[in-house]
Amino acid sequence: MSQGTVWKYGDNVNTDVIFPGRYTYQIMPPDEMAKHAMEDLDPGFAANVKPGDVIMAGKNFGCGSSREQAAACLKAAGVQAVVAKSFARIYFRNAINLGLPVLQSVEAIDALATGDHVDIDLPRGEIRSAKGIFRFLPLPPSVLGIIAAGGLIEYTKSKLAEEQE
Amino acid sequence: MGRTLTEKVLGRKAGKDVQSGEVITVSPDYVLSHDNSAAIIKEFHKLGVKKVKAPGKIVIVLDHIVPAADEKYAQNHKSIREFVAAQGIPNFFDINAGICHQVLPEQGFALPGKVIVGSDSHTPSYGALGAFATGIGRTETACTWATDEIWIRVPETMRIDLSGRLRPGVFAKDLSLKLIGDHGAEMANYKAVEFAGPAASSFSVGSRLTLANMSAEMGAKNGYFAPDDKALKWLEGRAREPFVPVSSDPDARFESVLAYDLDGLEPQIACPHTVDNVRPVAAVAGKPVNQVLIGTCTNGRLEDLEAAASIFQGRKVHRSVRVLVIPASWEVYREALNSGALAILVDAGCVILNSGCGPCLGAHEGLMAAGEVCLSTSNRNFQGRMGHRDSEIYLASPATAAATAVTGVITDPRDFS
Repeated sequence: MSQGTVWKYGDNVNTDVIFPGRYTYQIMPPDEMAKHAMEDLDPGFAANVKPGDVIMAGKNFGCGSSREQAAACLKAAGVQAVVAKSFARIYFRNAINLGLPVLQSVEAIDALATGDHVDIDLPRGEIRSAKGIFRFLPLPPSVLGIIAAGGLIEYTKSKLAEEQE
Repeated sequence: MGRTLTEKVLGRKAGKDVQSGEVITVSPDYVLSHDNSAAIIKEFHKLGVKKVKAPGKIVIVLDHIVPAADEKYAQNHKSIREFVAAQGIPNFFDINAGICHQVLPEQGFALPGKVIVGSDSHTPSYGALGAFATGIGRTETACTWATDEIWIRVPETMRIDLSGRLRPGVFAKDLSLKLIGDHGAEMANYKAVEFAGPAASSFSVGSRLTLANMSAEMGAKNGYFAPDDKALKWLEGRAREPFVPVSSDPDARFESVLAYDLDGLEPQIACPHTVDNVRPVAAVAGKPVNQVLIGTCTNGRLEDLEAAASIFQGRKVHRSVRVLVIPASWEVYREALNSGALAILVDAGCVILNSGCGPCLGAHEGLMAAGEVCLSTSNRNFQGRMGHRDSEIYLASPATAAATAVTGVITDPRDFS
């Protein structure tokens, strides 16, 4: 269980505002990526986000490009999870592959606002707050193995090592 | 119960009958990447293997920032060329080929029945020729290089039944914008989109590429046309290996069906800052623009340049507008040279750039200052995508783009017919 403050946004938060294209083809370390997180949507985000904070958003979070930095920069900024009404499909895969939990809960989004404090309990599938306890859809079994390994690189690495033995 | 094209293509790959909702692991036919290969190579090296598993399946096209705009991009390109040589990757296209989503069809990789994954969100374009093609991330691409396999959830399919015919001045781009405007940017999230119905066969392969490309903006996993005689004829002399055309069974199950009559369709435009903020061009006519971009993986093909040229013929670019034209590939560039379209565009005052993505993704070649407005034939108008976060992007067809370039304000192309 981990506590954090909510940063709430609307529908269709796209990858260009999460991590602008002008930086996309520059290879930069994670802490550098974190400085540009949400730059074109909320210029105050990167300077004020704290480890453990939670992004909450409406429908279709992460729509747009396949750029993985849009997930990596949030993880690097310390965001513990993104909770949304729904996710764009490539973003969903990218976040899982990098070990950033992406959780779906319409009720939590409707109830909570920027500045609210929440506890997220991944194993129990619960978001707890002063405004109530909200359940999120459990992640499908096919991806739990990837998250348990710490991301797709680690998952694939151990699988390749097993094959070689 | 019959199966959809997507179920059949993925089922053949998985070696069993599959239905939507199943999660399967497949070995793809091709794995695409572009300038982001430099970042993928870094991930690949973390895996502890020395060689990619199937070098012949990897296709790398440099297109995003070509030629390199600065030292960092130059270093990326250099590291990609070195990796290609060291790994013996035969299918590498350097800065003189074009945009990957035009190069793969032209070079015969995008074929009916094939499974293609790519680390670019517009990979669904190849569905125009009946392939299953979908976008993935960099980490997944690196792992697929190493393992030659990837997990895919077989998507449900939304069918779009098209009837009637497009009127003069109205194009595939207008249809795609109308669909997204009517149903929202996540209308097909996680789904396959089949373009079908009596009017489907009337679309050229170029227009099919536009529609399949724009299915990404519907949120789709893949978008496609069943391969017909027109598609097979286009592939003659291009296909680099045998293929088996696959179509949906007559009794296949579709999650939903939308019907669209093309007869009444008007030119459409997506207004800032989302692709689903769509209105008829006539409703925003008169809005001044500073820049017009004609090109990209959505609308940079010969038919697009010729549609623009037919409006520019005998006319000039308005003095308050700068026009950038980017043929989608060198093949398109040559065709447009031979057809005379490029000469018309140059005479009108357009700037012709090297085939590639240009300023579409905001990295180089014509970015915008605060307060500027661009009308682009590309596929995304997100805030800040083509420059300053206080600039604006409108999306429309090449004909609307050309008409707007001539008048200096957003203009319905039917005013020029």
